[in-house]
Amino acid sequence: MQYEFDWGMLLRSPYFGWIVEGVLTTFHLALLSWVLALTLGIVIGIFRVTNSRALRVIGTAYVELFRNIPLIVQLFLWLYVAPQLLPTETRLWWNRLDYVPYWTAVIGISFYTASRVAEQIRSAILAIPPGQFKAALSTGLTTTQTYRFVIVPYALRIILPALTSEFLTIFKNTALALTIGVVEITATTRKIEAWSFRGIEAYTVASLTYAATTILVVVFMSWLERRYYIPGLIRREREAA
Amino acid sequence: MDWKVVAANYPLLLKGLLTSLQLTFVAIAFSLPLGCLIAIGRLSHRTWLSRACTAFVNVLRSNPLILILFWFYFLIPLITGQSVNDLTSIIIAFVVFFSVYFAEIVRSGIQSVGNRQIQAGLSTGLTYAQTMRFIVLPQAIRAMMPALITQCIVVFQGTTVVYVIGYSELLHTTSMIAERTVRPVEMYLAVAAIYFVVCYSASLLARRFEKGRA
Repeated sequence: MQYEFDWGMLLRSPYFGWIVEGVLTTFHLALLSWVLALTLGIVIGIFRVTNSRALRVIGTAYVELFRNIPLIVQLFLWLYVAPQLLPTETRLWWNRLDYVPYWTAVIGISFYTASRVAEQIRSAILAIPPGQFKAALSTGLTTTQTYRFVIVPYALRIILPALTSEFLTIFKNTALALTIGVVEITATTRKIEAWSFRGIEAYTVASLTYAATTILVVVFMSWLERRYYIPGLIRREREAA
Repeated sequence: MDWKVVAANYPLLLKGLLTSLQLTFVAIAFSLPLGCLIAIGRLSHRTWLSRACTAFVNVLRSNPLILILFWFYFLIPLITGQSVNDLTSIIIAFVVFFSVYFAEIVRSGIQSVGNRQIQAGLSTGLTYAQTMRFIVLPQAIRAMMPALITQCIVVFQGTTVVYVIGYSELLHTTSMIAERTVRPVEMYLAVAAIYFVVCYSASLLARRFEKGRA
């Protein structure tokens, strides 16, 4: 294998600026999508366990639909198909927006991830003893209040570990946004490779970005898990490092 | 909407679907055995081996598939010193990437069996390999079937990623047709329906295994 390394090129113009921009795009795309996915996922997850049959059907249909279509295909649907279904006025407004691919990616990734979050929420709610629910209702809380103040906070604490891995998944999934033209870190390093033929240096930047973020998130979340662990429950065994 | 465009291109879509399925099967056929080896390596008592396997798993799991694909697409011609065809790079990337996910499933399956079974096996005079082969694995495989099938669905959905390097599986074929006929709405809805039917049927199968165990 013959290859001359030139790590310094990463710090030279224009590559350095591209890298900073790419990393930032990956981060805010992931964070924005995550906030939306978490909100929507909690709602859908509750739909799936309520007593209302109609809501349960909606919740199940949502989860099955969004889970069983690959994310890239969903991104294409949001990019090419969804705008056609809008009224003409709204469509023209949408098309005139700046960064349409970016907003498309936010919508696509968060709707997809919401279906996965919903499943985690559902299994967490099912793991909550029914007594909690009855006790909350008997103190005079309405159903909505019971979910808002008792069930959801409890469920979130149970599924913190699962949410960690969902966040890491959404973070990696932002790379797929490059298929609809969002220049995040993977697309950036691909571009650098095409310009300079220095694939190893370029892809190392992307890999390190993902690996470093994973480590940071895992460290932060295990602190959060310890902080919000529910007394009396069995602690998750520490994974052998 | 004009659905005739989908009907007219039916043979191409079918060919694309078959290519996607073939890619899925080849990827699984190689990455599952490799995953088993990595899982056994992670559980090994030899510290260097289990550390190496753990590092391998963690590095690959923190990267997106699309980036791994770019890595191998660039590295393989460099290492071998000759240009290889797209399919080889794709398959190697898929096998390496998905083997770590299979490894994690296999590892948790093996760990669900419990130490006592291994001790019992060893005390009857079986070697470690025999204990694994005849006592641990048969039980572990049953425990991990639902997760394995789900992972196979993930591999199938993952084949859409090769779209970015222009290999003609189902999604890339569809995008070519959509471009040529200028009918993206019908084509992408149709392809979404195809993926949904395949993945949903497979997920029903996974659920049956889950029920069968309970």
